[in-house]
Amino acid sequence: MLNYIVRRIGYAVLILIGVNLLTFTLFFAVNSPDNIARLNIGAKRVSQDAIEKWKAERGYDKPIWFNTKADALDKFRQTIFFDRSLKLFTLDFGTSDSGRDIRHEIATRIPASLALAGPMLLLTLFSGIAFSLLLVFFRASYLDFWGTVLCVVMMSISSLFYIIMAQWFFGKTLKLVPLSGFVPGLDLVKFLALPLVVGIVFQLGSEARLFRAMLLEEASKDYVRTARSKGLAEPAVLFGHVLRNAWLPILTHVGALLPYAFLGSIVFESFFGIPGLGTYVVEAIAGQDFAIVHTMVFLGSLLYILAYLATDIAYTFVDPRVRLA
Amino acid sequence: MPKFVFLWTDLVLWLVVATVVAYVVHVRRSPNLRTTWRHVLRDAPAMSAAVVLLVFITIALLDSIHFRPRLPVAPDSPANAPAAFGTRTLSPLDVLLRHATEAREKTYSVPLAYWGFQRETAVVDGREVRELPRLAHGGAHLQDPAREWKPDLIARSLRGITGGLIVAALLTLGIATLRGHGRGGWRASLAEMLRGDTEVPWRAVVATATLVAMFIGWLAAIWPAYHPFGTDRTGNDVLFQALKSIRTAVVIGSLSTIATLPLALALGVLAGYFKGWVDDLIQYFYTVLSAIPPILLVAAFVLLINVYIDRNADDFATGVERAEFRLFLLCVILGITGWATLCRLLRAETLKISELEYVQAAHAFGVSHGRIMWRHILPNVMHLVLIVAVLDFSALVLYEAVLSYVGVGVDPNSSSFGSMINLARSEMSRDPVVWWNLATAFTFMLALVLAANLFADAVREAFDPRSRAFRPRRFRLKEST
Repeated sequence: MLNYIVRRIGYAVLILIGVNLLTFTLFFAVNSPDNIARLNIGAKRVSQDAIEKWKAERGYDKPIWFNTKADALDKFRQTIFFDRSLKLFTLDFGTSDSGRDIRHEIATRIPASLALAGPMLLLTLFSGIAFSLLLVFFRASYLDFWGTVLCVVMMSISSLFYIIMAQWFFGKTLKLVPLSGFVPGLDLVKFLALPLVVGIVFQLGSEARLFRAMLLEEASKDYVRTARSKGLAEPAVLFGHVLRNAWLPILTHVGALLPYAFLGSIVFESFFGIPGLGTYVVEAIAGQDFAIVHTMVFLGSLLYILAYLATDIAYTFVDPRVRLA
Repeated sequence: MPKFVFLWTDLVLWLVVATVVAYVVHVRRSPNLRTTWRHVLRDAPAMSAAVVLLVFITIALLDSIHFRPRLPVAPDSPANAPAAFGTRTLSPLDVLLRHATEAREKTYSVPLAYWGFQRETAVVDGREVRELPRLAHGGAHLQDPAREWKPDLIARSLRGITGGLIVAALLTLGIATLRGHGRGGWRASLAEMLRGDTEVPWRAVVATATLVAMFIGWLAAIWPAYHPFGTDRTGNDVLFQALKSIRTAVVIGSLSTIATLPLALALGVLAGYFKGWVDDLIQYFYTVLSAIPPILLVAAFVLLINVYIDRNADDFATGVERAEFRLFLLCVILGITGWATLCRLLRAETLKISELEYVQAAHAFGVSHGRIMWRHILPNVMHLVLIVAVLDFSALVLYEAVLSYVGVGVDPNSSSFGSMINLARSEMSRDPVVWWNLATAFTFMLALVLAANLFADAVREAFDPRSRAFRPRRFRLKEST
């Protein structure tokens, strides 16, 4: 067990290094800092002086990979690669292109992201499983058929429609909840209610359909038939046998969703004015702030890898048959 | 002779069409594939969806030939002057719907309206009154709009829908006649079709076609005189925007999947076939890629393109060319960032296949690795490619809207459902509410994505035997009771 975990962590670190190299190359090597500067300053004809000044202010005036002018270890330390890439591993994110401390920004934004993403993940999962159980319980009936049709229709609607319509209907017409915004404290519920409901409804179609397929696959196995032929009531079969064994694929699916939960749903946060990590990314993309986007990519991959690791380990608790070797 | 403009997106899209045609020919020759596709052909929702998809794809293809029209020769120009071409790049769809592009209003207008959106001051009988002005084009033919507007609309609608019905009836008769050969003539065939007593669900197909024909007929009758879905802020016809957006959606949906194929196929098959360190390396590679949140990876690449296009702004003759190049690159990016899933599936399938006897036999006969992969493995994993391609189509169309919202989507100047929705966001908070932009984008997008989803489901069911078990067994239930 310990051996397995150590090996997985080793692989995770390797992946993280790969991500880091890849994104650094994408951001700073393919695009020379000169180009970034020119894009950010924005004018059509930019003087070389302005570019040099812009670069010096943000520490982009160093060589990219290797500094021949410095001595000893500084040959590697006085480079953009060291500043922007290696330092990420120590969670030192540096300053954004607009001069703010990225770590501080992220730290202040995490609570808002979690306040939305945590409940959203749990409620989505709960409603998805509940709905799919309903469909599976009444399988091969008209309820199942039309429920599945409803799922497909719901899947075919863009998330943006749900958000715009909900904001218009509940926020503007009925004036039940504020349109967007964020306050800490108890009033938070008012601001989070709408994004949560929309988030659940928008994902219900695809989630329920997926879970339904998982449950039905499990329900078609021999042991379920045995349980039924023993005369077990259908609810007992469904909850006691099918659902318990379907946890494994469901868990895998949740593992894949986790990183998005932490990163905050980009679209939901910026539509509902929640000052979380998602909004941060959208603003950074709009402002073409390479430093922030690079950091967020790193952070997102870190979370993805951690979530992956966590699901792998969680398998052993859910299903004792899974032996880690 | 107009000057044809060859856009990357057009070329690849037509290449896709050619591939699909070649595939259909291939399917007709192969008994195995024919049997599998018959499952799709028997599926009523899938066939209805196919009719709708066909209409969408036709519109997209009509919009995928671009040219710059030749300008009329000026009377005083010398005889051997070089031909001059218009600066605007047009497509057959633009030419077909010329009236819609020309019928520009000042600003918003309600669907089917003859009146404007904002009150203007006019002088009536020597006094100044604030009133809604007449539109420049919508309902401009009406003499006394207050009285004539409603009867005119009803008359046009009836005419259009009747026309649509006639076309649909002719189509039905045509299908019945073609089917009727050797089946007791067209009467018997028609009766079978209407009873739903045919192998291919013709009743569903014909019903869908009738609905589509009625809708098109209605539009054909209304559009020349009104704006059926209103106009947007700059006074452009919303329906025209929606039709133009179809091409963007189809391009993104199909080209992005095509772009994943080279990497996914090559690496997936190599990893599964050679195993060992090749497998480890490729697995590492795609795990790294899939560890990066997709939207951020796309954003990173798009920032790169921004820099590139910014630097080479002079290379593009027209705005359309630049926008199309961006769209093309966006598809490539979606391909580069999205190949990991397909690669993983292909690797697993290749692992399985390469252990089978016929591959072992090929080894024993001394067939080279390359030849085994090309002749024996690749054809047997193609069904996965097909399933993923059709499943991804609808997901990508939806994804485009989100990308456009985040600001890394298509060029702001080219029409897409994403940009239509983005604009609609602020319009919903206006007073009076400007709802028609959103409603139109919603309707067209839902129709396209829903049709694609239904069709994809049937294809997956046919090609993936595992998923067949999940189908609701309505009919079997009836038999047993």
